[in-house]
Amino acid sequence: MADGFDPDQTTMTDSGGGVQLRFRDDEVNEEPAVTLDSFLIGQSNATAVRIEPGDDARALLPSLDRIALIEVSFPSFRDGRGYSVARILREAGYTGELRASGDVLVDQVPLMRRCGFDSFAPEAPIDGDTLRRALDRYDFHYQRAADASVPVWKRRHG
Amino acid sequence: MYKYDEYDQAIVDARVDEFRDQVRRRLAGDMTEDQFKPLRLMNGLYLQLHAYMLRIAVPYGTLDSRQMRMLGHIARKYDRGYGHFTTRQNIQFNWIKLSDAPDILAEIAKIEMHAIQTSGNCIRNISSDQYAGAAADEVADPRPWAELVRQWSTFHPEFSHLPRKFKIAVIAADEDRAAMRLHDIGIQLVMRDGELGAKIFAGGGMGRTPMISHEIRDFVAADDLMSYLEACLRVYNRYGRRDNIYKARIKILIHEIGADEYRRQVEEEFAAVKQLGLDPPRAELERITAMFAAPAFAADAPTDIDRSDPDFAVWLDQNVKPHKQPGYAIVNVSLKPIGGIPGDASADQIDVMADLAERYAFDELRVTHAQNIVLPHIRVADLKAVWDALAEVGLAEANLDLISDIIACPGLDYCSLANARSIPLAQKIAERFADPARQRDLGELKLKISGCINACGHHHAGHIGILGVDKKGVENFQLLLGGSGAEDVSLGRITGPGFSEDGVVDAIERVTDTYIKVREGGERFVDTYRRVGMEPFKEAIYG
Repeated sequence: MADGFDPDQTTMTDSGGGVQLRFRDDEVNEEPAVTLDSFLIGQSNATAVRIEPGDDARALLPSLDRIALIEVSFPSFRDGRGYSVARILREAGYTGELRASGDVLVDQVPLMRRCGFDSFAPEAPIDGDTLRRALDRYDFHYQRAADASVPVWKRRHG
Repeated sequence: MYKYDEYDQAIVDARVDEFRDQVRRRLAGDMTEDQFKPLRLMNGLYLQLHAYMLRIAVPYGTLDSRQMRMLGHIARKYDRGYGHFTTRQNIQFNWIKLSDAPDILAEIAKIEMHAIQTSGNCIRNISSDQYAGAAADEVADPRPWAELVRQWSTFHPEFSHLPRKFKIAVIAADEDRAAMRLHDIGIQLVMRDGELGAKIFAGGGMGRTPMISHEIRDFVAADDLMSYLEACLRVYNRYGRRDNIYKARIKILIHEIGADEYRRQVEEEFAAVKQLGLDPPRAELERITAMFAAPAFAADAPTDIDRSDPDFAVWLDQNVKPHKQPGYAIVNVSLKPIGGIPGDASADQIDVMADLAERYAFDELRVTHAQNIVLPHIRVADLKAVWDALAEVGLAEANLDLISDIIACPGLDYCSLANARSIPLAQKIAERFADPARQRDLGELKLKISGCINACGHHHAGHIGILGVDKKGVENFQLLLGGSGAEDVSLGRITGPGFSEDGVVDAIERVTDTYIKVREGGERFVDTYRRVGMEPFKEAIYG
């Protein structure tokens, strides 16, 4: 069970901002996410922010403790900038919801989980059986990432 | 040689299962071709002009006889009896059925091989020096470091959707046999105060905008290497251009912001990621290094050799290189017979090379970026027997680094991107210069042909380079002079207007005739070109 994915305990629903998959047990944040620019120039009372691929996620770092939801937009599944956004936010200690939304495909979810995403709002619904196989497939990973997976070198050498 | 442990094997086996699942979903129509494409590319499967092409990884170009025989088996069972060794030290099979691809991956996984990241916008197979572990001039064997990088880059979650492909080479000698400076990242192992570390270059590449890399760090210790590479890749993943596929390689980013600014951003990122515990302990490098320990060379292997057979003597002088261990030699097996397809080998030839490696070369083979094979550790006393066996299957061409040792991409005969046919042109050039004495008189002359601007045939780095273009529906060939992928790295310059296929062969002959006229002393072609410049050659071609 590489990811501990259990369809009975993981939300698979289309409620809450188009969220289909959620690997958290807190309440879904219903507040509409504001753009990064809006957040930075005036709406800093907002608790949900949306990051577009060209945005510098580091601008959020001073405010992370006030944010409950960061939605990272994937306009195209080919654009991988959002993976670095997720890593940067998690490395900075962000523990709130980190949502991948947009053109998110089932084969990308395991990689996104490793980068720290814990909720998913894909444009096209993801097939549950395929996802379960994908999340359970790899027992080992070579590198340390933002998830709890113990890297292979650590397993080898303790 | 690196040997898989249970973790390596589990990861490769899981990949086979994953890819089988992806192919099944594609064939069932659950995925569009557009969605499937990046998935199959991450596994080395291309849709070419006539069929699927499967590219199997040969990490840092090293394989054993068992793996080599498996490649012969794949050629027989799933292809048309041959395979094509590539400029990334891999092998590709050009006539594959999509439905067979998962079975092929399952077969090669049994002998510790895979096709992971041999294509796609991710970190590709790590390339290295084909003489690693055998060359006298290396500070260390570069392959343990290449293996560390292979593991770090395999299914890296953050760097599997990069702006564009990403190529890394690791070498450990001043003589650059791996075109290291033309990689997105080049790593040269160096000694500093008794410690082995990595000098890092970034921003090199070929393609339509060729660039030579910049040194961005003079020394990275083994304990910092993964963090440093993580920083290099993160800056690229965040800021590399995604608006234009032709400007998406890291070389363009570094060109646009400057090497100093890139270095500054990498250092800043490195300072942050270094705190995350990404680097394996020294024990991991030691574990891998132990697997690359030198084989049990005989301390007193005889060094005399009977040169009475003139053909054998010619091959010795051209294709056999000195080994660090007295009494041993490095054998280059040319896959460039006159009139053949550069880099192709039949299943029977593959088997013969595997047998020779097992019997005479401590069970090791190497694939070179020049599309030849190396038997790295041959006893001098066995050279004649090896040559005899190679000659029997047409693998004893004595043309290493000569004008007929041509690098050529598959071109329009196979590739859906190509504008022109590279293979027939390579054959014509080799036939024009077939006379072995004439080739040797011309000396080292690296000729490289690409069938389109993507430069898979490394034409920018050829002493003589040829680029096939489409000119109003007709194949046209541009000629370049003065490139080099070695430690004297340089980019070739176009001579002038292009030629027809026969015209470019004539033009090359005018170039080599000019070289013979104006060369001084033992000057190589490329040295003469650098001394006298383009003019005399241009005059001879167009004048």
